[in-house]
Amino acid sequence: MQRGKFDMNPSEKKYSILESALRNSFESSLSRSSNELTKVTEARLLAYEAFRKTGLPGRLNEKWRNSKFDQVSEQSYEVVSSKPTYTQKVSEIFQCSIHGFTTQVEALLNGWYYTSEKQTLRTMENGVVIGSIQTAQKEVPELFERHFGKIAKYNLHGYSHINTAFFNDGLFIYVPDQVHVEESIQLIKMVNDTQKLMINSRNLVILGKNSHLSLMHCDDSVNHQSSMINTVTEIFIGENASLDLYKLQNINNHTFLINSTSVVQQRNSRLKVNVITLNGGAIRNELNVDLQGEGAEADLNGIYLMDKKQQVDNQVFVNHAVPNCNSSELFKGVLDDESSAIFNGFVLVGRDAQKTNAFQRNNNILMTSTAKVDTMPFLEIYADDVKCSHGATIGQLDHDAMFYLMQRGICKRDARLLLMYAFAAEVAEKIDIQPLRVSIEDMVKKRLRGELSICEKCVLHCSTPDIPMEFEIDMSKI
Amino acid sequence: MSEDKDQNNILEEVTSKEYKYGFYTNIEMDTAAVGLTEETIRFISAKKNEPDWLLEFRLKAFHHWLTIEEPTWAHLHHPPIKYQDIIYYAAPKKKKQLESLDEVDPELLDTFKKLGISLEEQKVLSGVAVDAVIDSVSVKTTFRETLSKHGIIFCSFSEAVQEYPELVKKYMGSVVPYRDNFFAALNSAVFSDGSFCYIPKGVRSPMELSTYFRINAANTGQFERTLLVADEGAYVSYLEGCTAPQRDENQLHAAIVEIIAETGAEVKYSTVQNWYPGDKNGKGGIYNFVTKRGICKGDHSKISWTQVETGSAITWKYPSCILKGDHSIGEFYSVAVTNHYQQADTGTKMIHLGKNTKSTIISKGISAGFSNNSYRGMVRIAKKASNSRNFSQCDSLLLGSKCGAHTFPYINTGNETSVVEHEATTSKISEDQLFYCQQRGIDSEKAIGLIVNGYAKEVLNKLPMEFAVEAQKLLAITLEGSVG
Repeated sequence: MQRGKFDMNPSEKKYSILESALRNSFESSLSRSSNELTKVTEARLLAYEAFRKTGLPGRLNEKWRNSKFDQVSEQSYEVVSSKPTYTQKVSEIFQCSIHGFTTQVEALLNGWYYTSEKQTLRTMENGVVIGSIQTAQKEVPELFERHFGKIAKYNLHGYSHINTAFFNDGLFIYVPDQVHVEESIQLIKMVNDTQKLMINSRNLVILGKNSHLSLMHCDDSVNHQSSMINTVTEIFIGENASLDLYKLQNINNHTFLINSTSVVQQRNSRLKVNVITLNGGAIRNELNVDLQGEGAEADLNGIYLMDKKQQVDNQVFVNHAVPNCNSSELFKGVLDDESSAIFNGFVLVGRDAQKTNAFQRNNNILMTSTAKVDTMPFLEIYADDVKCSHGATIGQLDHDAMFYLMQRGICKRDARLLLMYAFAAEVAEKIDIQPLRVSIEDMVKKRLRGELSICEKCVLHCSTPDIPMEFEIDMSKI
Repeated sequence: MSEDKDQNNILEEVTSKEYKYGFYTNIEMDTAAVGLTEETIRFISAKKNEPDWLLEFRLKAFHHWLTIEEPTWAHLHHPPIKYQDIIYYAAPKKKKQLESLDEVDPELLDTFKKLGISLEEQKVLSGVAVDAVIDSVSVKTTFRETLSKHGIIFCSFSEAVQEYPELVKKYMGSVVPYRDNFFAALNSAVFSDGSFCYIPKGVRSPMELSTYFRINAANTGQFERTLLVADEGAYVSYLEGCTAPQRDENQLHAAIVEIIAETGAEVKYSTVQNWYPGDKNGKGGIYNFVTKRGICKGDHSKISWTQVETGSAITWKYPSCILKGDHSIGEFYSVAVTNHYQQADTGTKMIHLGKNTKSTIISKGISAGFSNNSYRGMVRIAKKASNSRNFSQCDSLLLGSKCGAHTFPYINTGNETSVVEHEATTSKISEDQLFYCQQRGIDSEKAIGLIVNGYAKEVLNKLPMEFAVEAQKLLAITLEGSVG
């Protein structure tokens, strides 16, 4: 059969600017990481080969059909960045103070582990190992090799291959068995360069048996340079261990961010994720959860509040491979101006995964006629004794509720705010750490009032005790 | 344990039930050579004495088909279809133009009698006009005269091409253009016959119209085309049924149905699809790749699809509505049942373009045996479709632990005043329900039948009377007491 335009000679194929840049710089990128473990070098070569085959995902790819990431391929980014020298304290670049909430701050600057200390991998008193992933592969090679590249194996695409082939650094955390880490760890990813950067960073988090960790993952941009941040995070949760993962995203309007998180959960482990997306040019959050042990539980939540021309894309994949696991997804969003949101939930229940409970919900509110929502809540089920359901809605604020509030003397603007806040609060309320919850609720309020877009710095320092964040509505009068 | 055994017995019993329409009739056939080339198309066109514009349309479609590839996105797995091994034209030999029923080949009449469809007019007083299509050629349309008194045109597609070329030319390909998809292009190139129906302005069809499709010949594909036009304020309820003989090889069925509803018109299209599903080891069966689409062209028009899918080895079918007129309504009610190694990827598309448009999707999937049953649906609200409303509900029922039930909804909304709701559940028959029935003295087999029927009732209720009975029986045959 004739095959017309599909028979393109590979040698004639035109590469996009980004693709050519990547192709031209792989050799130099690889040579720079010559002192790595052979496993890593092998992984890089394989991933590069895979990338050469697949290329960057375009709009013809169903999972990227409405994505704005096709714009990335025609931009010229500096693909390989050199390690920035330590000049300022993290707290000088990045102010963050949530009242009553202390965290242990770890920072990545332009994708490189950023610290004043010589030692880039530390072992704490309780045995927790934390630091640069590059140092980790040299100092704790067996631990590193056991997990690296083995968790992020679902839904791979061009950008995930690029990450493996090009990543320069990232955060490594190991929590030994029986250790309950009291203080939350906060990973701050900053970008500060005069160039347009493509940043490939890679994180690996390993939780031993019966351990607990709460991790905040903040994406923030410091300057106004547009960049492309491509992060892959691999997380291994051991038996009976639990992880609370908070992702806060508040980057500038020209930045593209792919945050691909893959999790493997062992028996009776618990994962709780809250993705809070407040600002960003185009953000793609991928969450792949592989429930490998019976009794594992995954609770995945997200809020997104977008405006202008921003886009958020949440791709959530849950693999129920074994019986008796629970998963729940709740993603809610408010879309204003010309913003757009994509939600693609995918629950796969394997043949053996009897007694599975899987729940999926995506609710959206459209504020303008130019905002757009695409939602695709998928279920693929091969076991019969399961309870799986999903729901998706796209609509407006409840007219009756609006009317009720307004007839009580609350102006339209406030009534709208109140209802929007109530809508988003369902997700925010799921945050366990009280000061963080209060702070995020403040941020949501602030964001809904449109103040955040005015604020050009990080959101986290907005909520200071001397500027209390409250609604103007005097609740006592209602 | 004994209960398990019981259920297994019941399953066994159900699964061993034969496909009762699997017979083959020996009718003299006129066939084209095997394979598909431009020659085949010219042969079909010449055979049917078609005007030049239609031949051109076919050739354009054929050349387009050559440039595109078979879609692979559906959740279906089958060996590649060998398009060059199919006979693209098979027709019962026609000796001369049929005037009365007496002239119809008695073998043919027998065939339809066996299928329970009487072409004899005195028996059809129940009030259903039938267009019988065998191996893609219409053999007999009943009640033509009664209908023509009301100005309704109901005839085979080939006759329509000869007698009403301007109508066919105006509407054919306007809803499903030949470039639409791989199978639509194939059909546009080789379609052999089908039904044509035109309801003039303000006419309410006095009876149900019906097409009965039957594949008979071996190694053939069936490619028919249905075109249904309801002019302003018209109303019609249309039924479609299909069966095929039991064969070991797979046969391809790639049809197109186009519906046009003008201002204020209402079309109700019901299908009971019972193509041969293959045997219990998954051998044989029909590959059913169908493009069905209706357009609510004028304001206040309505198109309603109801389907009961029990047959076919593979079903790839998405009856859709384009809601172009303001205040137009689209509905989709579906029960899809798969058993053994059947695979179904079916659903709908509701494209809201006009203001205040409404759509409802109710889909009930039932999977048993080793089958896979997917719902794939799209709801798109265009920017200008203000105050549009959609409600979708897709439930899946799993009977047995070797089957799969999947839901793939796509919702795209670009209008802030519209409301879209989607919900879906997947479960098995709950033990509570079963227990409740049993403690009232209803045995488990009957209880499951009851529950499944109740589960599908919402859709079955939408079928016209004659079909509802058939559909209920079909459901009973395929599923009664499968598993608990």
